[in-house]
Amino acid sequence: MSNKNDSFVVFDRVQKSYDGLSLVVKDLNLHIKKGEFLTMLGPSGSGKTTCLLMLAGFETATHGEILLDGKPINNIPPHKRGIGMVFQNYALFPHMTVGENLSFPLEVRKISKNDREEKVLQALEMVQMTDFINRKPAQLSGGQQQRIALARSLVFNPDLVLMDEPLGALDKQLREHMQYEIKNLHKQLGVTVVYVTHDQSEALTMSDRVAVFNDGQIQQLSTPDGLYERPENAFVAQFIGENNKLTGKVKSVNNSEVTVKTSQNMEIKALKVNCGEVGTNTTLSIRPERIHLNRKYKNKVDATIKQLIYHGDHIRCLIKIDKDNDFIVKIPNSNIKSTLKIGEKIPISWDTMDCHALDA
Amino acid sequence: MPSLNLNSMDTSVETLKTADGTPLKKKLQQSLFRNKLRAFGLVSPLLIFLLFLFVLPIALLLWQGVYDPRFSNLMPETSNILEDWDGVSEPTEDMYAALVVDLVNAKKNKTIGKVATRVNRELSGTRSLFTSTARKASKLKAPYKKSLKKVKKKWVEIETWQAMKVASNVYTVGFVAAALDYKLNADGTITRQEEDRRIHIKLFIRTLEISLIVTLASLLLGYPIAYLMASLPLRTSNLLLILVLLPFWTSLLVRTTAWIAMLQGEGVMNDLFVVFGFAEDDDRFSLIYNKTGVLIAMTHILLPFMVLPIYSVMKTISPSYVRAAKSLGATNWTAFWRVYVPQTIPGVGAGAILVFILAIGYYITPALVGGQDGQMISNFIDFHMRKSLNWNLAAAMGLVLLVIILFLFWIYDRVVGIDNMKLG
Ligand SMILES: Nc1ncnc2c1ncn2[C@@H]1O[C@H](COP(=O)(O)OP(=O)(O)O)[C@@H](O)[C@H]1O
Ligand SMILES: [Mg+2]
Repeated sequence: MSNKNDSFVVFDRVQKSYDGLSLVVKDLNLHIKKGEFLTMLGPSGSGKTTCLLMLAGFETATHGEILLDGKPINNIPPHKRGIGMVFQNYALFPHMTVGENLSFPLEVRKISKNDREEKVLQALEMVQMTDFINRKPAQLSGGQQQRIALARSLVFNPDLVLMDEPLGALDKQLREHMQYEIKNLHKQLGVTVVYVTHDQSEALTMSDRVAVFNDGQIQQLSTPDGLYERPENAFVAQFIGENNKLTGKVKSVNNSEVTVKTSQNMEIKALKVNCGEVGTNTTLSIRPERIHLNRKYKNKVDATIKQLIYHGDHIRCLIKIDKDNDFIVKIPNSNIKSTLKIGEKIPISWDTMDCHALDA
Repeated sequence: MPSLNLNSMDTSVETLKTADGTPLKKKLQQSLFRNKLRAFGLVSPLLIFLLFLFVLPIALLLWQGVYDPRFSNLMPETSNILEDWDGVSEPTEDMYAALVVDLVNAKKNKTIGKVATRVNRELSGTRSLFTSTARKASKLKAPYKKSLKKVKKKWVEIETWQAMKVASNVYTVGFVAAALDYKLNADGTITRQEEDRRIHIKLFIRTLEISLIVTLASLLLGYPIAYLMASLPLRTSNLLLILVLLPFWTSLLVRTTAWIAMLQGEGVMNDLFVVFGFAEDDDRFSLIYNKTGVLIAMTHILLPFMVLPIYSVMKTISPSYVRAAKSLGATNWTAFWRVYVPQTIPGVGAGAILVFILAIGYYITPALVGGQDGQMISNFIDFHMRKSLNWNLAAAMGLVLLVIILFLFWIYDRVVGIDNMKLG
């Protein structure tokens, strides 16, 4: 997809261990293009912050190399890397005003006073915070601090900006608004952004590409729709969006199609994505919205309704497939609602292409 | 773009009312009053304790720095008549008469010793004048000036009368003046003490100097330790903390005497200096029984008071601030100096104030290792309390010390801000 030459940031076989006993980051290979918005998504403790800190220069890689703009940076101190960074707790200097905070990176770069003032004002305008230039950070709300932190990381025109869960402390509405603004700034400025979050919807809506982390490894690196539509393994399928899963053994393989026998002796046809040979264990993944309440598709099952939850635009339906497995089905809100009853038996079916056979 | 109302600040000032019509402000004050009452109730036992066993005794003692009714109580006639005397003209026969009456009474009441002591403070050598004259006072005949002159010639010298006039003031600035090397004269003027008797100002300056050096030294020594403790993992930093606190668990006296063993002429330090060739065997450093000894021992003893507040502030500073500074392009030094250090100021301020205040009133260490030029103001206060029994002067010196400390507090408040201080 991308080779070393047009990559702006390269992680080349990077490993990191804090204690010499266990690897927090295992063999990380990642190429980030100039101007790209790349998100590291993963559960907490999966090593995302560690990767960011290594890139920023606050942790050194135990093994492997990190390249920035083609040059290895393992030996460049953090302050010479020219990388903007937004911290989870914002890290605005509490003893300086907003204006002083923003002019700090310009001062240490020995930029003249006039230019400094101009750039600070520009940056504040960018985040619509010009009125707050003389406030101390403690006098700002969380959202306002967030904007200032963003402005500060951009005021010295870095080519690369790292953001570590920058919206984690904001409420939902403000978070969505800020997602939009960050995305907008990214488009306007053309800056490369490496963004860290554990919130999958944030990752999907903002990013060009998403690297899903788990256990110190990239599980899948793909565009947002690729992650959702074509998860490569059971972790990604389960972590991104809602997922119904069945486990079983591969019975036969026919080109891209596999037949899987579940523990309850059900035979299901699925798309071969990431499963082994005949006889190996596999996990089947089907998205809730790809299950139909009819018998038109290849895999047909009779299910029992266990629970109905009204969601406004759709109804969420928990159905019992067999003794061990429950599925979630999303039914668009139409007249059908009145006819569904708890305990009722309904026929369901899904297509082979919508059912992915993944690793166990 | 969805517009967010981040900029609007609610500044309406019209009087708001609660549901039952009381103005909101009043209601709020009512509910706050109840909280205040409760808070007061919680602290009142300690408050009463402090009031009666701390504030009151101190106030009473300090009061003696400006209040001295002894002479005027014991020599009422003389005091009365001295009040109208201008302090320079020749004493009149009436004054001599009053004096004799008082002397007779003082002898009878066995209070003449106190009177003599009091006047002797103003003019040394007058003690025997009073005691010996009082013995003969009942036999003296008018004209008293003449008969007193016969007993002792000193009675007709004006200095004697001036000393009595000064001593007869009930409310006096005399002791405070004395504490500042000034002298209250009989005519009410204040002049500087003779050159060779000016010792107090020098003493105050030395006390301030020692306190300041001790504060600076413990800051220089304590800041890096606190920094190290704050940046180490908890287990190691706890161990260090115990080491820092160790001196607290040893008696002050033991520690001070330990320093004597370390620093004296034949002590460990000097032996080492000789071994390593920094000093000749017969020309060793005098590290103790002088100011150097006081500085070394006091810095050691007061160091924990500097380390603890700084450490407790540093512990709360997230490493992300320094990281942020570096990511913004600051060198290690700039990040430390412009971002880290300012955030530790509350701890530094608290530690410095604590050490300085403790140092300025320090007593045991200078008494034990101070020698001649390591004595501090407290040692003099102690001297006047226990040896010379001049409580008034001791109180006046305490008063001056208190004023100096309050003044320094005021300066500190102006420069750093008291509310910017964090003790833990
Ligand atoms: N400074 C550190 N010392 C030791 N272990 C650490 C340190 N920082 C992080 N870790 C460990 O490394 C793992 C990954 O942490 P982190 O990169 O912060 O994950 P994430 O940001 O994805 O939540 C965690 O198990 C964490 O406990
Ligand atoms: Mg993290």
